[in-house]
Amino acid sequence: MRHSRATFVLLACLLALALLPHFAEKYYIQLFTKIMIMAIFAMSLDLLVGYTGLVSLGHAAFFGLAGYVLAYAAPQYEAANLWLSLPLAMACSGLLALVIGALVLRTSGIYFIMVTLAFAQMLFFLFHDTKIAGGADGIYVYAKPVAAIAGWAPFTLENHVHFYFVVLVLLTLVYAVLRRLLASPFGRVIVGIRVNEQRMRSLGYRTYRYKLVCFVLAGALAGMAGYFAAAQFGFVSPETLSWHQSGGVLMMVILGGMGTLTGAVLGAFAIILLELGLQALPDAGGVEIAKHWQLLMGTFIVGAVLLLPHGLLGLRRLWPGSERKPAEASHG
Amino acid sequence: MDANTFLIQVLNGIQYGLLLFLVASGLTLILGIMGIINLAHGTFYMVGAYLAFSLSQHFGSLWLAMAGGVVIAVVIGIVLEWLLISRLYHRDHLYQVLLTYGLILIFEELRSVVFGDDVHGVAVPEMLRASIPLNETLSYPVYRLWMSAVCIVLALGMYLLIQKTRLGMTIRAGAANREMVQSLGININLLYRLVFALGVALAAFAGMIAAPVASVFPGMGNQVLIVCFVVVVIGGIGSVKGAMLAALLIGLVDTFGKVLTLEIGGLHILPELSGMMIYVLMAVVLLARPQGLFGKSG
Repeated sequence: MRHSRATFVLLACLLALALLPHFAEKYYIQLFTKIMIMAIFAMSLDLLVGYTGLVSLGHAAFFGLAGYVLAYAAPQYEAANLWLSLPLAMACSGLLALVIGALVLRTSGIYFIMVTLAFAQMLFFLFHDTKIAGGADGIYVYAKPVAAIAGWAPFTLENHVHFYFVVLVLLTLVYAVLRRLLASPFGRVIVGIRVNEQRMRSLGYRTYRYKLVCFVLAGALAGMAGYFAAAQFGFVSPETLSWHQSGGVLMMVILGGMGTLTGAVLGAFAIILLELGLQALPDAGGVEIAKHWQLLMGTFIVGAVLLLPHGLLGLRRLWPGSERKPAEASHG
Repeated sequence: MDANTFLIQVLNGIQYGLLLFLVASGLTLILGIMGIINLAHGTFYMVGAYLAFSLSQHFGSLWLAMAGGVVIAVVIGIVLEWLLISRLYHRDHLYQVLLTYGLILIFEELRSVVFGDDVHGVAVPEMLRASIPLNETLSYPVYRLWMSAVCIVLALGMYLLIQKTRLGMTIRAGAANREMVQSLGININLLYRLVFALGVALAAFAGMIAAPVASVFPGMGNQVLIVCFVVVVIGGIGSVKGAMLAALLIGLVDTFGKVLTLEIGGLHILPELSGMMIYVLMAVVLLARPQGLFGKSG
């Protein structure tokens, strides 16, 4: 019964998102596109943080790299082909995740957090300090990728409604695939690794390989998000792989409620809408609150850590008649 | 590169390394003893630099500013530990990351509200303004030598405190077994508060003495924080000795990475990629010793 209620809520949300372009203005359609892109990014991190127990503070490296690949894949002032450049961008991010993952997975716990951060920073300096892609100024993606197959294009990303639906479909797809994956024996193994890696090893699982597969998959999915973020924004800068980006997406995952996927999506919506809300606040007592919105965001994060140990999804336990314990309750 | 330039670069590298050590030692102690990963540690370095900037204008003396700044830093450390950090000891590292990330946003924005987003400079104190001439054109500022000397004295003091005093013994015991120390009647909460305040004071002090040579600017804390993470990873968590060695290593690698030129097959490796050098060093150390040079394995 409980299962069906959760499914019902999800389908209702999906329906609402599908209907949004019919009555929303362009601004909101683009805003929700951006949020859904970040939701894909957050879900990819949730696979690592919430399910495998790998707290990565460098996940933006894969997000940012894919954006740069898109900028590079496009001929000057022309559009790249979606069907070629998207797999290429995801493959590059996945490959980077393979290299970084092979190294960082030798560590665990606090080391892992610091080492992932340091590697992302290394990539940041690569793009920031060298001329390979515009340096600190960043690089433009002049045209959105075209979805042409032998001259015929089923949709065009230049149209913001088409773009919205492409991202919505991908969000749903990524969610469904990850759900399926996590319900599979593979998924049970990685959750087992989070709960007790020693025991999984003694059961004969090569945990390093499982973790590496997760790391690469999460990297490739983050690449997918980064690709569309770059396509939508039309601009890539080293900031897209900065540690603020990594910290921000980690915040979405934890705030939403990690180890649930839905929580990551919820977190993306909550954080970005909250950011916009804070930036729209009027001045008070001579202080430009909107300009210094990060002050309130920081306070909000600190408060959330102290008061919401299970994230926003944990709040559903306040719902009358809900006895279901969130999946993350067993964590930590 | 002649002998004098080489000497200057070595001195610069050592001075940068020693400064990193001041920040990283607090980070590694807080990690090793309290098990807290503190992203806001670099922020305290920034707080120190801004304190030096504002207090030295107020008092008209950097010395008074440093004295006052250290007191303020200790108070900040005690209050933060008491209000926030103490609630994180039994929580997952994840929440420590998140809460201290929130603290960074708060401190950075407070800095923006109070001091604005401009770059500031702090004057070198009168008595240390001289330079030691090396030849007709090159000279080395006394202030930098003084910085290195102060860092060495502090490092020695820390070594003595941790290895030779009763307090240090209790701190080491607390790192090994928190419950046992507590059951022996030692107030572990007070001990942790002291360690945290010490770490904050060290980072802030590093920011204060660095202010005259490296201007005071927004985001300076995060820059230092990430380099200090590399120091801690290379040195091994909780090892002050490791932090010292790694900090000196990174100071020298970073300094020489910026002045040497290296070309392989027409590709400019140095100094273009000098920003990446320390991370490459970290990757190499990780491959050989995942627990760091002086870390405990397992």
